[in-house]
Amino acid sequence: MKYVLNIIQPDGPPPPPERLDPIMRDVYAFMAELEAAGARVWNAGLAPASASTMVRAKPDGEVELADGPYAEGKEHIGGLVVVEAADLDGALAWAGKLSRAITLPIEVRPVAHGG
Amino acid sequence: MRAAVEQAFRQCYGKAVAVLTRVCGDLALAEESVEDAFAAALERWPQTGVPPSPIGWIITTARHRAIDRLRREATRDERHATAALVAFPDHTEEASVRDDSLRLIFTCCHPALAPAAQVALTLRLIGGLSTAAIARAFAVPETTMAQRLARAKGKIRDAGIPYRVPEPPELPARLGAALAVVYLIFNEGHTATSGDALVRGELCAEALRLGQHLVELLPDELEARGLLALMLLIDARRAARTDAAGELVPLPAQARDRWDRDAIGLGLGLVHGCLRADRPGRYQVQAAIQAVHAVAPTAAATDWPRIVALYDLLRTLDASPIVALHRAVAVAEVDGPAAALAELEALPLDRHHLWHAVRGDLLARLGRTAEARAALAAAAARTDNAAEQRHLARRLAALG
Repeated sequence: MKYVLNIIQPDGPPPPPERLDPIMRDVYAFMAELEAAGARVWNAGLAPASASTMVRAKPDGEVELADGPYAEGKEHIGGLVVVEAADLDGALAWAGKLSRAITLPIEVRPVAHGG
Repeated sequence: MRAAVEQAFRQCYGKAVAVLTRVCGDLALAEESVEDAFAAALERWPQTGVPPSPIGWIITTARHRAIDRLRREATRDERHATAALVAFPDHTEEASVRDDSLRLIFTCCHPALAPAAQVALTLRLIGGLSTAAIARAFAVPETTMAQRLARAKGKIRDAGIPYRVPEPPELPARLGAALAVVYLIFNEGHTATSGDALVRGELCAEALRLGQHLVELLPDELEARGLLALMLLIDARRAARTDAAGELVPLPAQARDRWDRDAIGLGLGLVHGCLRADRPGRYQVQAAIQAVHAVAPTAAATDWPRIVALYDLLRTLDASPIVALHRAVAVAEVDGPAAALAELEALPLDRHHLWHAVRGDLLARLGRTAEARAALAAAAARTDNAAEQRHLARRLAALG
């Protein structure tokens, strides 16, 4: 099964380099481990949520644009990693490692179809 | 005959669902087929008599029903499951039934499910309680409980919650989650925040059965033994815990000759085994504390210094303020109410009725009657349990 690991990131500027650098080293090590295990499907780090735009088609077919993000709040998805795992426990184990590396909570969401 | 089928149902339902889930890989299909098999038993057993192995009969019948169901609704995806069901031997090894039961327990108690869903699933799938009975026990409408169960089963399927015993590195945490579910069921039956009294007794019995089951499945896990001992020792006091009018009787006032000596004997045996192994865990230590109460011939003869020492050990394993609250009750018996009150005041438990109730008692013993009265009133305002409220009202009245 495929699972999306959503990285839940607080809005605002990134931490200073002295904090961020060791975190990024750990994240690269995690990605290398994921790749070596053949479990990495796809991954992306996202621009700040303030850079997002809402696009909504109305019933008459006209498309409405608005400043994003969609969800209010102080935290948004800051990046995602799609992993292949035998079952939820496999995905949770990767999510635990990623959370430890990136020091942020991870939402694990199964992929229903596609991929 | 109906009674024989009902007895078989309680003993076999969870095991049969567990075996069928492994064979066909689908929890919903397993449940439906096992229910079909019990319906068939109700029809057939009155004529044929109860078969020598009721569980074997149920599993075989459920397997045939599952095959029928799959063939009726056959799609390509399900051919594999059908093949597995057809190939499955008619004779079920006891050891494999045991392994399947354990797998199903860990699926039901998976931490990816909400605690309320874990409890409901465990009672439904392992205990074989009806959705209506579970709903009554938790004082929610049956439709709400049915939705909760359906949502939980949906998550098991959609999220790919595995059907297997966790790997050794995960096992302690996952076992902890399973034990917590069993203890939650027991506490709901024992202290009962709400709900039907009759069904609550059934919850305690079910929790004891699950606890016994986990000890049999994982004989080396001391915490499973500790939890079983803890539940046995608390449940042994059930008859003495309420008086003829159904009112609560606190531990010091209980008639100890009404305690269940057989249950106490079993509990003490488990506690002694744990002490010998010397790998303490929170359930084992709580059981040891209950054991100290169980062996005291009178309330006055209770070895309170030993209980305080056990709470000190428990605090190293469980930092929750609730543990500190219970420790303060023991401290009052060793160092007096003033010392206990000082410890109590530091705890962030304003929302808990028990904190106010204990505080009220300590204040009363210190002669601070007005404050005691306010504390007992605060306690009564924080519990929904009618028996508990009447008990607090009697204590308020006794203050004069």
